[in-house]
Amino acid sequence: MSQDPIPAVPVTFEGVVRRPGGPGRRRYWKSLEELADSPGFLEFLHREFPEQASSFDDPKGRRDFLSLMGASLALAGLTACTKQPTERILPYVRQPEQLVPGRPLHFATAVAHDGYARGILVESHEGRPTKVEGNPDHPQSLGATDVFGQAHVLGLYDPDRSKNVLYLGQDRTWGAFREALREVLDKQKRPGGAGVRFLTGRVTSPTLAAQREALRGELPEARWVSWEPADRDNVREGARLAFGEVVEPQYRFENADVVLSLEADFVTSHPASLRLVREYAGRRKVDVEKPEMNRLYVVEGSPTPTGASADHRLALRSSAVEGFARAVAAGVGVEIEGGVDHDWVAPLVEDLKRAGARALVLAGETQPPAVHAIAHAMNEALGTVGTTVVYTEPAETAGDLSLGELVDEMKDGQIEVLVVAGANPVYAAPADLGFAEALEKVPLRIHHGLSVDETAVLCQWHLPAAHPLESWSDARAACGTVTLVQPLIAPLYGGLSTHELLAAFIEDSEPKGYDILRGHWMEVLGDDDAFEARWSRALHDGVVAGTVFPEKTVAVRPGEWTRVAGEGTSGLEIAFRTDPGVYDGRFANLGWLQELPRPLTKLTWDNAALMSPKTAERLGGFRVEETGAGHVTEVVELRYRGHSVKAPVWILPGHPDDAVTVHLGFGRSRAGRVGDGVGFDAYALRTSDAPWFGGGLEVERTGETALMACTQDHWTIENTAHEAAADRHLVRSATLDEVQADPHVFEHGAHEPEPGLSMHPDHEYPDRAWGMAIDMSACVGCNACVTACQSENNVAVVGKDQVGRGREMHWIRVDRYYEGPPESPETFHQPVVCMQCEQAPCEVVCPVAATVHSDEGLNDMVYNRCVGTRYCSNNCPYKVRRFNFFLYQDWDTPTFKMMRNPEVTVRSRGVMEKCTYCVQRISRARIDAKNENREIRDGEIQTACEGACPAQAIVFGDVNDPESRVSKLKASPRNYGLLAELQTRPRTTYLAAVRNPNPAIPSARREEHHG
Amino acid sequence: MASAPHTEPRIIGPGHTFATVTDKIASLVLQKKTPLGWFVGFAVAFGLLQLLLVSVALLLARGVGIWGLNIPVGWAFAIINFVWWIGIGHAGTLISAILLLLRQQWRTSINRFAEAMTLFAVACAGLFPIIHMGRPWVGAYWLLPYPNTMGIWPNFRSPLIWDVFAVSTYATVSALFWFVGLIPDLATLRDRATNKFVKILYGMGAMGWRGSARHWNNYEMAYLILAGLSTPLVVSVHTVVSFDFAVANLPGWHATIFPPYFVAGAIYAGFAMVLTLAIPLRKFYGLEDFITDKHLENMGKVLLATSLIVVYGYTMEAFMAWYSGSTFERFMIWNRMFGSYGWTYWVLLFCNLLTPQLMWFKRFRTRAGWLFAVAMVVNVGMWLERFVIVVTSLHRDFLPSSWGMYSPTFWDWATFLGTIGLFLTLFFLFIRFLPAISIFEMRTIVPEARLEEERT
Repeated sequence: MSQDPIPAVPVTFEGVVRRPGGPGRRRYWKSLEELADSPGFLEFLHREFPEQASSFDDPKGRRDFLSLMGASLALAGLTACTKQPTERILPYVRQPEQLVPGRPLHFATAVAHDGYARGILVESHEGRPTKVEGNPDHPQSLGATDVFGQAHVLGLYDPDRSKNVLYLGQDRTWGAFREALREVLDKQKRPGGAGVRFLTGRVTSPTLAAQREALRGELPEARWVSWEPADRDNVREGARLAFGEVVEPQYRFENADVVLSLEADFVTSHPASLRLVREYAGRRKVDVEKPEMNRLYVVEGSPTPTGASADHRLALRSSAVEGFARAVAAGVGVEIEGGVDHDWVAPLVEDLKRAGARALVLAGETQPPAVHAIAHAMNEALGTVGTTVVYTEPAETAGDLSLGELVDEMKDGQIEVLVVAGANPVYAAPADLGFAEALEKVPLRIHHGLSVDETAVLCQWHLPAAHPLESWSDARAACGTVTLVQPLIAPLYGGLSTHELLAAFIEDSEPKGYDILRGHWMEVLGDDDAFEARWSRALHDGVVAGTVFPEKTVAVRPGEWTRVAGEGTSGLEIAFRTDPGVYDGRFANLGWLQELPRPLTKLTWDNAALMSPKTAERLGGFRVEETGAGHVTEVVELRYRGHSVKAPVWILPGHPDDAVTVHLGFGRSRAGRVGDGVGFDAYALRTSDAPWFGGGLEVERTGETALMACTQDHWTIENTAHEAAADRHLVRSATLDEVQADPHVFEHGAHEPEPGLSMHPDHEYPDRAWGMAIDMSACVGCNACVTACQSENNVAVVGKDQVGRGREMHWIRVDRYYEGPPESPETFHQPVVCMQCEQAPCEVVCPVAATVHSDEGLNDMVYNRCVGTRYCSNNCPYKVRRFNFFLYQDWDTPTFKMMRNPEVTVRSRGVMEKCTYCVQRISRARIDAKNENREIRDGEIQTACEGACPAQAIVFGDVNDPESRVSKLKASPRNYGLLAELQTRPRTTYLAAVRNPNPAIPSARREEHHG
Repeated sequence: MASAPHTEPRIIGPGHTFATVTDKIASLVLQKKTPLGWFVGFAVAFGLLQLLLVSVALLLARGVGIWGLNIPVGWAFAIINFVWWIGIGHAGTLISAILLLLRQQWRTSINRFAEAMTLFAVACAGLFPIIHMGRPWVGAYWLLPYPNTMGIWPNFRSPLIWDVFAVSTYATVSALFWFVGLIPDLATLRDRATNKFVKILYGMGAMGWRGSARHWNNYEMAYLILAGLSTPLVVSVHTVVSFDFAVANLPGWHATIFPPYFVAGAIYAGFAMVLTLAIPLRKFYGLEDFITDKHLENMGKVLLATSLIVVYGYTMEAFMAWYSGSTFERFMIWNRMFGSYGWTYWVLLFCNLLTPQLMWFKRFRTRAGWLFAVAMVVNVGMWLERFVIVVTSLHRDFLPSSWGMYSPTFWDWATFLGTIGLFLTLFFLFIRFLPAISIFEMRTIVPEARLEEERT
């Protein structure tokens, strides 16, 4: 690399100091290079920094980043290393108005998941967003987040994000792109843009919709394709089938006594899942004095957390759900044919009818439109509309074309310019479309995205996108509520938002995202004096008032779907599902999500061909073997409709027989350093006509084996584990009937020691004593707590090899226990944090007093005193301690330094770590209370897991205060301590699970207990 | 001699005098050409030592993750090896101290190298708790009690702190005991050495020993006091080591029988190791006259007795698991027998329960070959015992959700073999440069000495 000597133009401080804006105009500066934009300085920067970043041809990309960082650090010490956006953004109300160093601020914004807004509050430390919390004021978030929401912080700081505008892999500038674009547009304008196509993900942004309209003015013939790999076409088409128009059903679980889910996994994959879980779980926190709860029936083709938390779960192949649904529908009074009877149908129908208007039937997006129509018809027949379900218009702005139509056009050579923004069709499009080949027929391909992905490498232009936490935008939630998306940080790599990109097609000026957004909302809200107040209010609250959709009245119209049942599938069936961790693959480069133990399989860093124990036996007697390096399983070849992939077998209890589930989102080739080559690519099997399931799968043994990283015991090899779990009363549960008969049913068979048996003197807590109660009735096993904890506590990602060796670092884990036969087990989720034992076994054995009891009852960790004997972990009956066997934390990547919570120690090699009830949050609240000369209020401190939990299953508080929520929960007869017979006296306790099975439906559990 | 009906069982070969004993033992060090076999053995041992250095260097550079440890199996090879080595050491102390106090004259010919064995085994053992932290430098900082401005002391409730004291005391006393015992012999070597450099070196070690009556008096006093100090250590050290487990609440560790059971196991393992070293030693150096069949037979008897105590320990563990009625304890013993590592338990019983029963029969007790084989089996058995206790208990503990498996990595084995290398290297150096059998003590049991006594 030949480098010119740095020009002799001196970079002086006067240059910096002299130019703080023109007279009479306040000028905010982002960084020194802007502040000191003397020609010499710019020249200096130009030579030294980003323009030539390509000469640092480092595949790791760190040096590029360093040089960029260096630009803002060039005159170190005068500026923070991060930039606040230049426009005014408003802090959330519960934080003070001014930024106090060391005190984080919270800003309300939203991230769109699959296009649908989830309202969030982002914690910002001196301009660095570090943590996502749910926005309690947002109707679809209600203060909770899901795993994806939490991981956006990691997505922002992902060192593999693209940093430059690229043309054919060479660095270019935005200016160069605009110039090239102008040339092309001039040509395209003549035919009205007939050769121009835009391909994006789902669009719910009103501003983007308005921009589309504006674009129509410029290029009337240009067309827009809105496509998601995990589409909701079935929901849309189902509504069209039933009502003749597209409406979005909005469910009201709080009013639903009996719910039938036809493969609707509302816990993890529904646009409103956070709200639905809140409402659903709210009806399951049984008060044993007045026991009542809802009842959930789930019929599903692949085990999901929804099914796991159901009172009755029926494992049917996805193709068989329709027949079942038709039979139930006929039972509840819908005129319909094609029902396939089942033992369940009669009692289920009776139950639904008994509930009447307080029943609810919902269908999942994986089921064909007819099933949705049937669900709508059932709701109408039961009279639930208006009580448990209402209809509104859909939040999304539909595209002009489908992806299939676009590919046809591309193949015909009609398309001259294709702009792909925020989508990755080369990776995720159905295999039969042949998107990649069609793409090559398009003369000009422009990709706009966060990273150089599979699609970007096949496009000439790649434009780095601004992350949602870096850009101004807006988005609708499923219910219609609009959230203004405000940036927490200026774009790290100079990326532009989709709005700014689109503006380049519309006008020659280069409006900023802020102006585009504000301009749009000025039109909507009125450009009057009150606008500023409304705008501020909307930014501040995180919702634009009055944007909820009004209810629509629709009526089911009988059609062909009532008479003709869908064709069943023959042979072995394959089911495609999005992954509970990496979703459709977009999060594949985020280690938090790759390493998230999936709710039921507890697999990390892999997808697998999931099948029932019986099917595994029938297809080849597959076994999974546990070793110290991971679980060894066999690799099979899946052949389906002319495509084939190799996949490891994983045996999953509760999976329907003769079916195989594969999760999408793996096997990426251009995800980044983390996500490349993880798992196998299930999209390679997926076809456009059967996106969610289809028959005719062939499974062939290859003789190869694969090593899997699974964090919990495996059913088939460790049957003893399940026996032991039952013996040990780890999970206590009872049915609602049993609770009604005897509120103390949970104590049967338990061995709670008498208090005062210990030889050790009791600790005294004059002020506060922290405790936690976790309601296993409410927990749905969604994992949000795990990611939230990972983000809050700087928990390291260790990689597949280390997880396989049993070295995962999660401070909270969600244990999954089965009860009953492997074909139809009952599943329980038990989140396990540190128990903060009163008589903690770990404290006694630590030779260096690195884990000690605090005067508020916590088991504190003193990281810098830990010498790493691991004795505490051996002596911990709950195995909640985690050890840094290697230097797991990335100490070098600069962006990760920005990402971490500055209030939590970043642990080094050889140090034991564990949950401390988010002691940093306790300290902050204690200081606040002291400053204000008051007590800490109940609920003022939320641990990270508690805050994220959509089910509000985790409650933290002061057990010294008998009026606190946690004290009241602990007084419940449902409350029990895990392994209490060991006299550890855990401070984290559990509320036993209550299930509400229909006595008319035979269940294995009942037979076992009473038969 | 064998025909003499009234003589005690023979602990020294016929025809030896003061001079022959001195000549024979001193010549191993001073005159004789180093045998080729020594070089071969030393080379192997030294090679293994290099493996240890590489393993430890890598460990310090990268962390304990290079081993197969995980959560729940937080302790594995390092602790197994620690307990194994320290147990081996016990026989040396027992032979030197307790048998001295009990006036067991047959100890005389084996005590020197048994003590050396103790010292080297303690060196190997001591290495493990230090390196198993992965960052020993912080360990020294926080583990040793010293007045400091932070006002922080170690946690004296932790058995690991007791370990620090127990093992360091043991190492110190063993080293002193061994060295004090060496002084008269170092003087003998000094006097017999012809090379001036060698003379000076041994002379420094002999610390001015001239064999005066006062010297002998002081020596006897010191030796007796050290023997008295060492005696409780034989019991205490392994008791403390067993506390590492017994104090924990883990099923399979939490057992009151651990202290006596561990001490017996230590002596058992130690005698097996003494036999493992003595049998080749007497063969290659032709020391059958000094380490006689009587010695071997006595050690065989000790082996049998201690094995029975150990087996009693196994029985009580199983009995208590059943008798306690605790589901955790019952599961633990079931898992030991039939779980993923069940085979280790059965091999352990073969090694420690069945094999030593051969020692009931005199023909096995008196045949060096058989004894050596039994001793090797016992060495393996005692290592497996610790594996069963440490790993099998940990990998299936209270919550099934946390259960895991442990597989040793290459570096686990390398570190273990490396310490065997360290041990053997030290031992080879010892038999080459120091009298492996106590010369002056052997002189007290030759017939000449006895005749003197009888005459008076």
